[in-house]
Amino acid sequence: MAEVVEIAEEAPVYENASEYVRHHLSFLTYGKTEEGHLGFAHTAEEATNMGFWSIHVDTMLMSVVLGLVFLGLFFSVSRKATSGVPGGLQNAVEFVIEMVQNSIKNSFHGNCAYLGPLGLTIFCWIFLMNAMDLVPVDMIPLAAQAITGDPHLFFKSVPSTDINITLGFSLSIFFLVIYYSIKNKGLGGFLGEFAFHPFGKWAIPLNLILELPGFLAKPVSLALRLYGNLFAGEVIFLVIGMIGYYQLPFNFAWSVFHILVIILQAYLFMMLTIVYINQAHNTH
Amino acid sequence: MDLNATIIGQIIAFFMFVWFCQRFVWPPITKALEERQKKIADGLEAASRAGHNLEMAQGRAAEMLKEAKVNSAGIIDQANKRASQIVDEAKEKAREEGNRLIAGAQAELDQQVNRAREQLRLQVAGIVVAGAEKILQASVDEKTHASLLDKLAASL
Repeated sequence: MAEVVEIAEEAPVYENASEYVRHHLSFLTYGKTEEGHLGFAHTAEEATNMGFWSIHVDTMLMSVVLGLVFLGLFFSVSRKATSGVPGGLQNAVEFVIEMVQNSIKNSFHGNCAYLGPLGLTIFCWIFLMNAMDLVPVDMIPLAAQAITGDPHLFFKSVPSTDINITLGFSLSIFFLVIYYSIKNKGLGGFLGEFAFHPFGKWAIPLNLILELPGFLAKPVSLALRLYGNLFAGEVIFLVIGMIGYYQLPFNFAWSVFHILVIILQAYLFMMLTIVYINQAHNTH
Repeated sequence: MDLNATIIGQIIAFFMFVWFCQRFVWPPITKALEERQKKIADGLEAASRAGHNLEMAQGRAAEMLKEAKVNSAGIIDQANKRASQIVDEAKEKAREEGNRLIAGAQAELDQQVNRAREQLRLQVAGIVVAGAEKILQASVDEKTHASLLDKLAASL
């Protein structure tokens, strides 16, 4: 596939397919450039060289915008929430909230007023992020390029295909798990779970070797599961996007299949959060 | 896979959004949901209570109907009794009245008969006297023959 991939008249022209894919998988990174001043990276290499203290403006922006969309929608409903006959939008919102409440009721045995809003935010926000995968792959990047006037602008539109975003989620949950563990079991109880299980106090090193990796793996697996699923989905969308007009049936088929994935992944993330927080409340 | 400060940004955004959700979004909607659940539960309870009440009212109505029937039967009985009593009384009164009338008439009749008899006797006495005078060609002294005349009159 060495031919030129044409996207639109004024769109950037890519040299070959891998260039197209690579461009679409690059982030709009803002940080300290090699010359020593703040600015956007122009190549993937440059972005990598910025190190930790740089930020993916595209995914971060999309993430915040989608979060605001979720909050705005739900907030507008909550302002007019009535215990009478609900309207269409309130019905939909209530459906989601009841789904979250039922999930919590089924897998959480404790008392935690924070968990409801937490689960709701995670589910809706991640769902919206994942749903960006269903927007045609070039639409949002082209719009961003048109707005900024830079035809080579990197713009990655699906926040959950950025490991930083998914890690942001999972680390937040990780902090909450630690917070609730210490709150409910005390610092001693929390650390004791690593030291004295499963073999009792005479095998502390062995216990630590067994328990600690499992605990630390939670946020990593949580983040990588979401990232992996969505990244793979997006790559396939990109590959389908390169085959010209014949892409439409494939694109449709993969989108339909992907609807399942985006809901499932959002639901899974919420469920695992509930399970982890539940473990933080249970004293063994 | 480049990890960078986006993680920190995302963590900050995450906690802010969850806070907002917890503060402004979650409570009103769950409250509305709970209120609706309570309303529906109350409605169902009221409906079952109303059904129960209806049953009770129906039972009471049937009871009252039965009582009314018993009462009405009693009243009809009493009325019948009273009516026959009135008829009996009327009959009795009529009979008495009739008897009285009959007795009055009888008395009057007797009186008239007596009177007629008296007159007749007087007339007969006169006729007898006249007849006797004619026969005797002499006057009969009423005074001297009074006892004779009286005897005659009484025998008529």
